[in-house]
Amino acid sequence: MSNPYARLPGWADYGLIPLVNLLVAFMVAGLVVLLVGENPLRAAVILVDGAFGSGPGIAYTLYYATNFIFTGLAVAVAFHAGLFNIGGEGQAYIGGLGVGIVCLAFDHVLPWYLTFPGAIAAAAGAGALWALIPAYLQARRGSHIVITTIMFNFIAASAMVYLLVDVLKPPGSMAPQTRQFAEGAQLPKLTWMLEAFGLSLRSAPLNMAFVLALVLAAAVWVLIWRTRLGYEIRTFGFSPKAARYAGISETRITVVTMMISGALAGMMALNPVMGDQHNVSLDFVSGAGFVGIAVALMGRSHPAGIVPAAILFGVLYQGGAELAFEMPAISRDMIVIIQGLVILFAGALENMFRPAVQALLAGAGPRAAAVVAAKGGDA
Amino acid sequence: MELFGIAINVLDSTIRLSVPLLLASLAGLYSERAGVFDIGLEGKMLAGAFAGAAAGAVTGSAWAGMATAVLISVGFALVHGFASITHRGNQIVSGVAINFIAAGSTIILGQAWFQQGGRTPSLGEAARFGAITLPGADLLRGVPLLGPVYSELVSGHSLLVYIAFLAVPFTWWVLFRTRFGLRLRAVGENPAAVDTAGISVAWLRYRAVICTGVLAGLAGTYLSMAQNAGFVKDMTAGKGFIALAALIFAKWKPVPAMFACLLFGFLDALSIRLQGTPLPLIGRVPVQLMQALPYILTVILLAGFIGKAIPPRAGGVPYVKER
Repeated sequence: MSNPYARLPGWADYGLIPLVNLLVAFMVAGLVVLLVGENPLRAAVILVDGAFGSGPGIAYTLYYATNFIFTGLAVAVAFHAGLFNIGGEGQAYIGGLGVGIVCLAFDHVLPWYLTFPGAIAAAAGAGALWALIPAYLQARRGSHIVITTIMFNFIAASAMVYLLVDVLKPPGSMAPQTRQFAEGAQLPKLTWMLEAFGLSLRSAPLNMAFVLALVLAAAVWVLIWRTRLGYEIRTFGFSPKAARYAGISETRITVVTMMISGALAGMMALNPVMGDQHNVSLDFVSGAGFVGIAVALMGRSHPAGIVPAAILFGVLYQGGAELAFEMPAISRDMIVIIQGLVILFAGALENMFRPAVQALLAGAGPRAAAVVAAKGGDA
Repeated sequence: MELFGIAINVLDSTIRLSVPLLLASLAGLYSERAGVFDIGLEGKMLAGAFAGAAAGAVTGSAWAGMATAVLISVGFALVHGFASITHRGNQIVSGVAINFIAAGSTIILGQAWFQQGGRTPSLGEAARFGAITLPGADLLRGVPLLGPVYSELVSGHSLLVYIAFLAVPFTWWVLFRTRFGLRLRAVGENPAAVDTAGISVAWLRYRAVICTGVLAGLAGTYLSMAQNAGFVKDMTAGKGFIALAALIFAKWKPVPAMFACLLFGFLDALSIRLQGTPLPLIGRVPVQLMQALPYILTVILLAGFIGKAIPPRAGGVPYVKER
């Protein structure tokens, strides 16, 4: 497919334009705050202060960011193959089932550092299997992966309600959740990390899963840009025709990519289940799978962009919780709007400001462009 | 005779449950036939449902509610058009964005305006589309077989039900018997040819997207102002996607789309009817399985075990005039 837009310098393409798109998205979100009858600037101040104002605040921000790194990477890997995996929510939910089973089986027997690898494998495996069917149906039966993955989210939700209410709930308990895990299935908190900066963690649940998320971000980079499989994935995403001509199997790439994507989404469950709640409960994913779409689009499907984008959404989540105290009219559902706006402006309308930026750069000349480049480089 | 009563009952709820699907499915038909994929039907329905119920609650008039719902839904449709026609953005991404914006803003605005946890106030009789008794329904009630069919099944629905079923032949007529319909289908198959004929591709697609907005708004109106008496958060519950699946299953044709929606409605009605009652051979089925049934069936139908669905050729591809 020919690109109707002329090329821009790299810093403008990867720095300036996403930044402009993001700013517009937040300005529109500000309008919604106005519509609710609150002051958007004051809301922004409370938001940032809630996210960065204290040690626990920062820890919570990073805890939420951990979820979004997992799901953002999941969506991004699928994007590289031209596949749109909206099923992160369901894959993470089912991933939690895998984590739960391993934890319930071994938490009294093994120490956490032995339970953790097992739980990682189970989470990844469960998530991958949940992505396998939509992938197979897309590759072989031509059913649209977007619709099937959405349907699988609904099916996962029903299945988990059934399992938690009728199967996994300990007898005599009322709450639809598993029993609390013992010591052996609780991830250690990253107290040392914050203490290194002279901050205290207190009850904030920042845990080992954050480290795993960063390791996976690096691994995804290696996979996509430094391996043969990654090359095939990108080729297939760029031009399925060319990939077919080069002898790359459409079915194999679709299925393998979606399984990797599902595995990444499934591992998101480790963070809340093993790191925070120490049980599997109803709706523990709470939208993180969908946030991953916005994170991947904002981070341009590159791990170096996804991690900061995930942290930004962590800020929105943690700051949003603080905001709900100060401004009761603005609940956490505000993040769903912001997420939608980011997807709209950074995804569907990503080229809206391109002609303007182009004209600006062309008019500014090479010297002025260099000055802007120096400024833009910091951002 | 009791079995007959049950059958009438199930078919009656089939009609009620398939109407939002039908309206949404026809909505998607216009857009997708014109080459603009629309995964945002869900969002437009939800926004329409909220806008209708909110306006209905404030003004006390069902018509004002319907007008607001259509207006808001068309607004969202135009955003989708702006992104995917004018700016040649990814249509799937744009649709997903619209779904999220609708889901979030209906909750936030509903809470801010009405303070009922995201619900709108319960609508009174005047602010709803109530049941219409067709002429002669009471007269024929006593007649065996035909009587109950006419008075229970055909008569006694809200205005929107009749609009939805009349929209099927109307859509067929528009698409296959008018100049606008011919061009609309052409722009979804081969926009370059339409462009060569001197007709604006963008304007045609915008008109298609507006038709989508109107119908999706009506679907939302039905949900919150006829089927229910107010808006509840996330009340579409995936109906927009199921409607889309019905559309694909129907190979983008209006009359088959109606049957596909009736099928989904029937399965839904059946699963509601069977909840809690043990089935022969299988025994008691968990409620959750029954609730997941429409979604599972969507997956099975989409898997194309009933022939391959070929989408409009230019669907999802933004039109670039100069190459």
